[in-house]
Amino acid sequence: MANKYDVIIIGGGISGCAVAWKLAHYNLKILLVEKEADVATGTTKANTAIIHAGYNADPDKLKGRLNVKGNEQIKEISKKLNVPFREIGSLVVGLQNDNLKVIDQLYAKGKENKVKNMKIVDRKWLRENEPNISPKAVKALWAPTAGIITPWEFALAMAQNAVANGAEVKLETAVLDIITDSDQVKGVKTNQGDFYADYVVNAAGLYADEIAQLVGIEKIKITPRKGEYYIYDQAKDFAVNHVIFPVPTPISKGIVVTPTVENNLLIGPTSEKVASKQDLATTRSGLLEVISGAKKLYPDLDLKDTIRVFAGLRAADETEDFVIEAAPHLKGFINVAGIQSPGLSSATAIADFTVEIMEAQGLKLSEKKEVIETRPEPVRFYEMTNQARASLISKNKDYGQIICRCETVSYQEIIDAIHGPVGARTVNAVKRRTRAGAGRCQGGFCGPRVVEIIAHELGIDPTEVKQEEANSNILEYKIKELLGKKVIENA
Amino acid sequence: MHKLEKKLVIIGGGPAGLAAAKTAFDKGITDILILERDFELGGILPQCIHNGFGLHHFKEELTGPEYAQRFINDVAERAIEIKLNTMVLDVKENKKVYAVNKTEGFFEIQAAAVILAMGCRERTAGAIGIPGTRPAGVITAGTAQRYTNIEGYLPGKEVVILGSGDIGLIMARRLKLEGANVKAVCELLPYTGGLTRNVVQCLEDYDIPLLLNHTVTGIKGNGRLKAVEISEVDKNLKPIPDTAKIIKADTLLLSVGLIPENELSKKANVVLDQRTGGPIVNEGRETNIPGIFACGNVLHVHDLVDWVTEEAEIAASWAVKYIKKDFLKETAAIKVKAGQNVSYVIPQKIELQADDRKKIPLYMRVSQPLTAVNINLFADGEKLYSFSEPFAKPGEMISIPLAQKTLAQHENLQEISVEIVEKEGE
Repeated sequence: MANKYDVIIIGGGISGCAVAWKLAHYNLKILLVEKEADVATGTTKANTAIIHAGYNADPDKLKGRLNVKGNEQIKEISKKLNVPFREIGSLVVGLQNDNLKVIDQLYAKGKENKVKNMKIVDRKWLRENEPNISPKAVKALWAPTAGIITPWEFALAMAQNAVANGAEVKLETAVLDIITDSDQVKGVKTNQGDFYADYVVNAAGLYADEIAQLVGIEKIKITPRKGEYYIYDQAKDFAVNHVIFPVPTPISKGIVVTPTVENNLLIGPTSEKVASKQDLATTRSGLLEVISGAKKLYPDLDLKDTIRVFAGLRAADETEDFVIEAAPHLKGFINVAGIQSPGLSSATAIADFTVEIMEAQGLKLSEKKEVIETRPEPVRFYEMTNQARASLISKNKDYGQIICRCETVSYQEIIDAIHGPVGARTVNAVKRRTRAGAGRCQGGFCGPRVVEIIAHELGIDPTEVKQEEANSNILEYKIKELLGKKVIENA
Repeated sequence: MHKLEKKLVIIGGGPAGLAAAKTAFDKGITDILILERDFELGGILPQCIHNGFGLHHFKEELTGPEYAQRFINDVAERAIEIKLNTMVLDVKENKKVYAVNKTEGFFEIQAAAVILAMGCRERTAGAIGIPGTRPAGVITAGTAQRYTNIEGYLPGKEVVILGSGDIGLIMARRLKLEGANVKAVCELLPYTGGLTRNVVQCLEDYDIPLLLNHTVTGIKGNGRLKAVEISEVDKNLKPIPDTAKIIKADTLLLSVGLIPENELSKKANVVLDQRTGGPIVNEGRETNIPGIFACGNVLHVHDLVDWVTEEAEIAASWAVKYIKKDFLKETAAIKVKAGQNVSYVIPQKIELQADDRKKIPLYMRVSQPLTAVNINLFADGEKLYSFSEPFAKPGEMISIPLAQKTLAQHENLQEISVEIVEKEGE
């Protein structure tokens, strides 16, 4: 049967993509369904983009167990999948008048979680290694195994590798119901038809509780917790060398200052429970909180070069821990829910743990003979040497036509993004894959070109090209369309 | 990688680059290359299909495309070499230019002189940090202008515009003519940012409400924009909470300022002026790097293209002199200072000597708008002379001449300064 699979995964965020990636190593027919037009459009696209070392969570929580494991796996996996990961280390920076004991407590917790190579560093060390840090910084916990990654690229790379190993990814496919037969899960009903499998993984992120409720599971309760951020233009003018945390309070890890893999500077997040899973609005008070938090660590940081503000929602479960378990009364239905921070850091460990649970449920795992372990590295014209650029263009001239001037993205990179595995269908999907439109003009110049290219390549009208979601068309009308009647009347 | 040599490389084929090419050619440097990143020449002018261009330079009223075409024709008549669809990736202090295009790949050009004419970009929603969601339908006015006038599509039909820069004013009228409902133009300041004539001809003539001292305090809607929240602001430009109002809109255009595009200039170690966002130049529009000149919106944002043309002519004339080694530099530059109520003056210094100079035009903008003003010039604090103007507003650049003989009369001059103040007794 064409629509019969071994495993169906609901949700193309970091967790769903990781599970698909892992399962595609085995002789299994895998389907990942995602309701949006791209993977990584929920929590995965709007977070702090950090691979935590693992000293934050309690050792008795899943968070505590899986973070360190995920952190240890990331180096090798990111290399195989060609996802840029920079192990720049993190600092929890104590200022004068902070409760500096917390730093020692975190160190102790990190030891328990088996975080490697942590050190307590002093004022002198901080001066030398973080020259712009506040003069009030006196002590810090240095965790050299922490790092930064581009979360949506990590998710995408896992989805693409899964596809290379035979998995299917269906976008714009929303689950409407779960098909069951007495105490056995049998598949999913979607807006694109029914798909069958004896194993269904619920990795629906913010909506994991709603999917769980479809099969009568009430214990998962996702309360979205909003985090607001600023992004700065290229960070080279203001050095921040590590992921910088303030001393946490009992309720929050606080406002982080960190470079991103692409050399932007990211500051945030706030932490605020909100009622709606669609409340992605930044607020005046939230943005002020971000600025004042960042300024405590970096008093000289000014706001002149910010290029974007955004908000993301953490898919936090009431238990404040990951909920990764088989449904007690429905065989084959596995929840991967409540994946808030450090979900990104734990992604591959979450996948391992989920697969173990499935195996315990009876899923037969036999490794494929020829697994494709790597993802071909996408062309990143902006970071190539001039020599490499010259030789690339001599092979394919279309890499010589620059579409996005701020981030130096070529025409062919956009074509690759659209026609590659799990291809881009929207303006934001092109941006996530290529950085076209992610720079200082925010798509002011390349936007019209990108819309034109997407329309041409997908064979649709420019008025049908979307920014991201279903109702996010960039252009609403052709010129003169609004005048239709009047033009005729006046003629 | 192939390598070229050119006497003069001009980066940017907009109005500044085109006028510079024409002038340089006519003054005897014919080995010129224009590098343009877009598929056609003219810069932003092809999308400016409204009239009002050329009143100073040609003494007649042209549309943007017509104004551009005159210079495109001039360049074509002179058979000046142009590379379209060509992106300059790097410029070095030694005037090596690195560029890329589809037909020739990656190449290097050694220039004797370089004119920077890359123009400017628009400030974005992110740069001003408007709270709210990030839906489709929030775009800069210039991008909307491109969609409408070049691509043939409308961003939406219920429009609010933030900022009263010229492009925002022009787009208010343009979208109204297309049948859109332009509900309001909000301006944070107590006065408009654009030209007076655009306020009259684009807003008043079409009954489009102009809300001074107002700003957008919220963006609402996931997917496509649903509404914006606007609020009145107090004297410190802070929103007054009780005044917030929701306006239903599917489109928010931003006309909140232009930023000279100097990423390449920085690569060549060109020093920028914090106030203009463009290079610090002398009266020949030469930057701190000998032989690298700048003109047009890359140097400072202009309101009239006519001034861009004049500035390009100045830059090109001096680039030609530079190539021909036809001028001397003073040992000590005379500083040009923006005094009371002046936000900036171009050039920032005077340091060139040549026989054919009579007058040096000083370009400036007022900080706060005033009616009935005196523009006073000082040489080392001593008043030289005054010009009267009926009004001065930040959106309209002022050009006043500085006579070279005045400079000659003052020995060891350190500083020229300009102030724009209310006329006494009025």
